[in-house]
Amino acid sequence: MSALAHDDALALLRDMLRVRRFEERCVELYSAAHIRGFVHLYIGEEAVAVGVIPTLSDDDSIVATYREHGHALVRGVSARSIMAEMYGKTEGCSGGRGGSMHLFDAARRFYGGNAIVAGGLPVAVGLALAEKMQDRRGVVACFFGEGAIAEGEFHECMNLAALWQLPILFCCENNLYAMGTALGRSESETDLSLKASSYEMPAWPVDGMDVVAVRATAARAVEAVRNGSGPHFLELRTYRFRPHSMYDPDLYRDKAEIAQWKERDPIPALIARAEITPAEVDAIEADAKVEIDDAVAFAEQGTDEPVESLTRFVTSELGRT
Amino acid sequence: MTEITYREACRQALRDALIREPRAFLMGEDVGRYGGCFAVSMGLLDEFGPDRIRDTPLSESAFVGAGIGAAIGGMRPIVEIMTVNFSLLALDQILNNAASFLHMSGGQCNVPLVIRMTTGGGRQVAAQHSHSLEGWYAHIPGLRILTPATIDDARGMLWPALLDPDPVLIFEHASLYNTSGELEETAGPFDISRAIVRRRGNDVTLIAYGGTLRVALEAAATLASEGIESDVIDLRSLRPLDDETYIDSIRRTHRAVIVDEGWRSGSISAEIAARIAEHAFYDLDAPVERVCSAEVPMPFAKHLEDAALPTPAAVVAAAERAMGRG
Repeated sequence: MSALAHDDALALLRDMLRVRRFEERCVELYSAAHIRGFVHLYIGEEAVAVGVIPTLSDDDSIVATYREHGHALVRGVSARSIMAEMYGKTEGCSGGRGGSMHLFDAARRFYGGNAIVAGGLPVAVGLALAEKMQDRRGVVACFFGEGAIAEGEFHECMNLAALWQLPILFCCENNLYAMGTALGRSESETDLSLKASSYEMPAWPVDGMDVVAVRATAARAVEAVRNGSGPHFLELRTYRFRPHSMYDPDLYRDKAEIAQWKERDPIPALIARAEITPAEVDAIEADAKVEIDDAVAFAEQGTDEPVESLTRFVTSELGRT
Repeated sequence: MTEITYREACRQALRDALIREPRAFLMGEDVGRYGGCFAVSMGLLDEFGPDRIRDTPLSESAFVGAGIGAAIGGMRPIVEIMTVNFSLLALDQILNNAASFLHMSGGQCNVPLVIRMTTGGGRQVAAQHSHSLEGWYAHIPGLRILTPATIDDARGMLWPALLDPDPVLIFEHASLYNTSGELEETAGPFDISRAIVRRRGNDVTLIAYGGTLRVALEAAATLASEGIESDVIDLRSLRPLDDETYIDSIRRTHRAVIVDEGWRSGSISAEIAARIAEHAFYDLDAPVERVCSAEVPMPFAKHLEDAALPTPAAVVAAAERAMGRG
């Protein structure tokens, strides 16, 4: 493993805790009925987004799934605008029209928030094609769960990306369950990197509970993609500690299995490994609390889009380009 | 004026778009080396190269979605799908992404994508290559649905479609490719939201689009020989529908026959009939007539296929009923 500077470790911890605490607050707000609709939590998987996304530049693009609060936060979408979106307010990053599953921020090249499993992959392929055709050096990071691998779109896109040697990093967040269906119950071949490599694409499995390993591997992959080596595939082996969504009674997993994975929680693991002091943790926790309190206050004070505007953004208002 | 085929008009439109818009490129199955399943893009690979005339694998969802991503990423993709039946493999991308991104991003991500595909029956290619689902696509907010029925429109619709900031689906009726006619020197961009009156008459309004325009015009000629003069409306666009043009006509003729190659139930003809009832009910002298495809998957046998499709004779009969001569 690579050496880890202390400041660097603090930055990784800061992002993981921001994401964790933000989502824990979402649970509270959901229970209090301030947030409605679907909410899919990333708790347990933070090391993936926190490890991968900072290896990208501002010119790179991200396509994520409906479990994307963390990705948006780490990308720099403000906690305020994400929380306001959860509340369905005009100040939300998608103007209240997307909600938890459709966070967008075009200025940060954050293209959803896609809630059809594997549906974001073709779009990511197209974004990468646009980079290549315009001789730009941007990389597209496309996140999806292992459930997407059962979809035809996954295979179509792996092939197309490899065939055209597009600058795309496929980030498969393998949390072992597609909603309630375990990987072994849905795939004849459960070695996902092996599947990916059959498309003539470098495919690397990574311990998705180790943020330092994720970052090191992602950095290497992003550099290779940017330098024209074509698409790469990361299988990020992780686990969600919470149910699939707020509606999920979580009857399909052993409690012992969940407990076992919780022992590998990426946050305490990083604290121990980098010898981060309790005082340092407290300071980061305090900052996260301030940020999230502020975001909730902002969302609570947000404005509702006037109903008269219901049919806006069905077709463009910007006129022809 | 020069005599060309509908196919050649489509090709000229593509060439023109590729020359004028450096961000434009064509992508789809066999558009390059093969020259296009219907030979529309024949020769374009040599002229524009494999980057801009881009052959794809048989992965409709991936390459339609790639068109969406490329459009968001600054390109102006023109995606060709061989037939509307195959487009169903990409329906997820067309509906859940192309038509939805602008709205669910709160106006941030428009998708300037053009998708061309063939539609329609009449070639004995049976139940998986012959349907007319353009009316079905017209159900979807966020899409623009165009149906070029003439040589001029095949030549003129692509450029304004390419300038549209939002997704546009162009349906080319497969039976039109070999038809030929004179291309007006002035053929070119026009307002793609508007219908057009193709023939003037005061007795009955025939409403058609795409492949059914010929059917309606042929019927109008027969009706004229019987002393019945038809207004023939070419809708051109199924979404948005230009209500004003056909409603104005009906206010004059007081009778309407809608000719639609889609299945009758839940069709664009049903939508138009409803709008006529909403906006021109008291102008009608007879019930609205509809001539649609029979509600069967398209059969192979020629006599059965002929019986399934709208025909001039059926339109004439419908118009005669509307005139009280049935």
